[in-house]
Amino acid sequence: MNKRTIARAVAIGASALMIGAGLAACSGGSTSSNGGGGDAASIDDALKAGGEITYWTWTPSAEDQVAAFEKAYPNVKVNLVNTGGANDNNTKLQNAISAGSGIPDVVQIEYQSLPQYVLAGSLTDLTSFGFGDLKDDYTASTWGAVSQDNGIWGLPQDSGPMALFYNKKVFDQYGIAVPTTWDEYAEAGKKLHAADPTKYITNDPGTDAGFGTSMLWQAGSRPFQTDGEKVTINLADDGAKKWTAVWSKMLADGSLGNIPGWSDEWFTALGDGTIASLPIGAWMPGVLEANVPQAKGDWAVAPMPTYDGGKAVSAENGGSSEVVMKGSKNQALAAGFLKWLNNSQDSIDVFLKSGGFPATTADLNADSFLNLQSDYFGGQKINQVLVDAGTSVGTGWQYLPWQAYANSIYADTVGQAYLNKTSILDGLAAWQQKNVSYGNDQGFSVNK
Amino acid sequence: MAGIAFDRTGSPTGTPRRRRRNGTTDSGPRKSPLLTIVMAIFLIYSFLPLLWLVISSTKTQQSLFGSFGLWFSGPFALFDNIAQVVTYDDGIFLRWFLNTIIYVVIGAGGATLLATLAGYGLAKYSFPGKKIVFAVILGAIAVPGTALAVPTFLLFSQLGLTNTMWAIIIPSLISPFGLYLIWVYAVDSVPTELLEAARVDGSGELRTFFTISLRLLAPGIVTVALFAIVATWNNYFLPLIMLNDPSLFPLTIGLQQWNLQAVGVSSQPIFNLVITGSLLTIVPIVIAFLLLQRFWQSGLSAGSVKQ
Repeated sequence: MNKRTIARAVAIGASALMIGAGLAACSGGSTSSNGGGGDAASIDDALKAGGEITYWTWTPSAEDQVAAFEKAYPNVKVNLVNTGGANDNNTKLQNAISAGSGIPDVVQIEYQSLPQYVLAGSLTDLTSFGFGDLKDDYTASTWGAVSQDNGIWGLPQDSGPMALFYNKKVFDQYGIAVPTTWDEYAEAGKKLHAADPTKYITNDPGTDAGFGTSMLWQAGSRPFQTDGEKVTINLADDGAKKWTAVWSKMLADGSLGNIPGWSDEWFTALGDGTIASLPIGAWMPGVLEANVPQAKGDWAVAPMPTYDGGKAVSAENGGSSEVVMKGSKNQALAAGFLKWLNNSQDSIDVFLKSGGFPATTADLNADSFLNLQSDYFGGQKINQVLVDAGTSVGTGWQYLPWQAYANSIYADTVGQAYLNKTSILDGLAAWQQKNVSYGNDQGFSVNK
Repeated sequence: MAGIAFDRTGSPTGTPRRRRRNGTTDSGPRKSPLLTIVMAIFLIYSFLPLLWLVISSTKTQQSLFGSFGLWFSGPFALFDNIAQVVTYDDGIFLRWFLNTIIYVVIGAGGATLLATLAGYGLAKYSFPGKKIVFAVILGAIAVPGTALAVPTFLLFSQLGLTNTMWAIIIPSLISPFGLYLIWVYAVDSVPTELLEAARVDGSGELRTFFTISLRLLAPGIVTVALFAIVATWNNYFLPLIMLNDPSLFPLTIGLQQWNLQAVGVSSQPIFNLVITGSLLTIVPIVIAFLLLQRFWQSGLSAGSVKQ
């Protein structure tokens, strides 16, 4: 089975629907060639010449960014399509790729979904446009995510190194010190829930694969390794055992709230102290400020607890890049827009104003950013904690080439362990088993 | 489902009804406490979400976050919410509403017309290949619409019809289930003798269809129309992959886009607008059911011919 067949199998399989082979054959297919469409100079020419491109995204600041871009380059028209969210965006994109028409020029893709598009050959390699020179502008972990398989497939938009956001008011009220190890954290959870059964040290309904994979990452687990069409899945390595040991105990103690994330109930619980802390990405301050104003002054940020009490270690949680599609009719212009979007100060400033957390080292290390005393966080210089978290992200993490599908079955496997209050490690085993058979069905060679 | 007019003479024991015209019927419906309790549970089960929706749409975003779901709290903000829904994002909600009406009137209306014509034809005329048609239609009923969405998308993108209104309307015109319903209904409710009588009197086939058969089929047609309206009104997956232009969205996609604003980096939840918008979205469906209910009477042709 050659790479091309696999790429096609993934492209079709990922849409999670059975399509007859006949249709697949006329789906425009995909090529594995790495030919980018030009060089660094052709970008500037394309921007001068102007034209029209389509940009799919669900980033709230996109509208203002596009407006600023069109002001700077009046010859270029950007058709902005708000795709709502990552899942709908993936569904639409996979269908457009299968049909070989209606493909946008520039698209937002989450870091965790990048491999499946890279492998299917759906993206333009930006190396020939001179994007290799931009490497030092970004944090190591985000650049690592967009440059894989000997190519550069996109530019990072933001990052989400994890930190521990905790409700200081609740911690003080119940005499809980900020935990530095996960064992301390579990103890604190038990103590809090015993003192007030309506309160939980953290919230995890077991349905968010993004959170689960980030926690595995932080614990040192590296469950997915992809080498061409050979995929290894091991969701029972040391890191996985470390995380699930702590988490299964907390689950049994009743320390984990099970409120669906991002629901009105969740926002309420963040406001009234029901959820006392969250290990979550560095973009959280903007979310709290905008949506939980009643808890102003209550929250604070600390580094992630560790398993051994040693050196700080973090993981990425969420975050997106923008890419240029191979199906773009004007790759040079699309690359020009992308470079402006995620590499020009004008654009990044608009993004920062909307509460995003950058992936560019210059912005992360700017004095004004590091020394910002956040009113919401009671004057704490939160960015120092968050930027430190960004530099301590564990290396060597890889996602599956079918991460979107894997995430969609997380709740049915790992989530079941949460429901039945059984071992989360067993839940991970069930998740592994389903992924192994799915991957093999898709033409990969998994754990063989 | 909205209330269905029960046949007062239907006996629950399942004994065949005697057709007697002198006014005496078999025993009326028997009372069963168990059945009443079960139905009451179903009623509560169906109405609780609706009640929650109505109550929640009177709350501001702030009181939504901080109050019990099934009781009123905070300022009464229903009219304020409605005003916000229709003005948010330059009044895009009204555009979505109009789109949905267009999709439903043309799509569901067309589906009902086609299903009625075809179902009646299959029931009342014989022609070579009828058995094959029957098999194809039964097979088509078994395939859920969502499974056909992606192949339909691929077809339409070849035709260059994606991201147009036609991409939603054309697939909505096909309703195998509706066709089958009309077919089954027409076999019993349009007596062949009546058609023969019309032929003897010199009426053409089309005239017979429009003057006699349509009236006899009315309850069946209304049922099919309601199914088609609800299906088109709730259609989600097809427009999701077909449409990119927000000005073509139906309400389902638009509301979900508002709902997703609450998720992720720099989220801006507008739950109060999503909830109030959802309430406004179901109003037309409720009205449609209430208006079309009265056509649900069977036995219109009973006794018109001696059988």
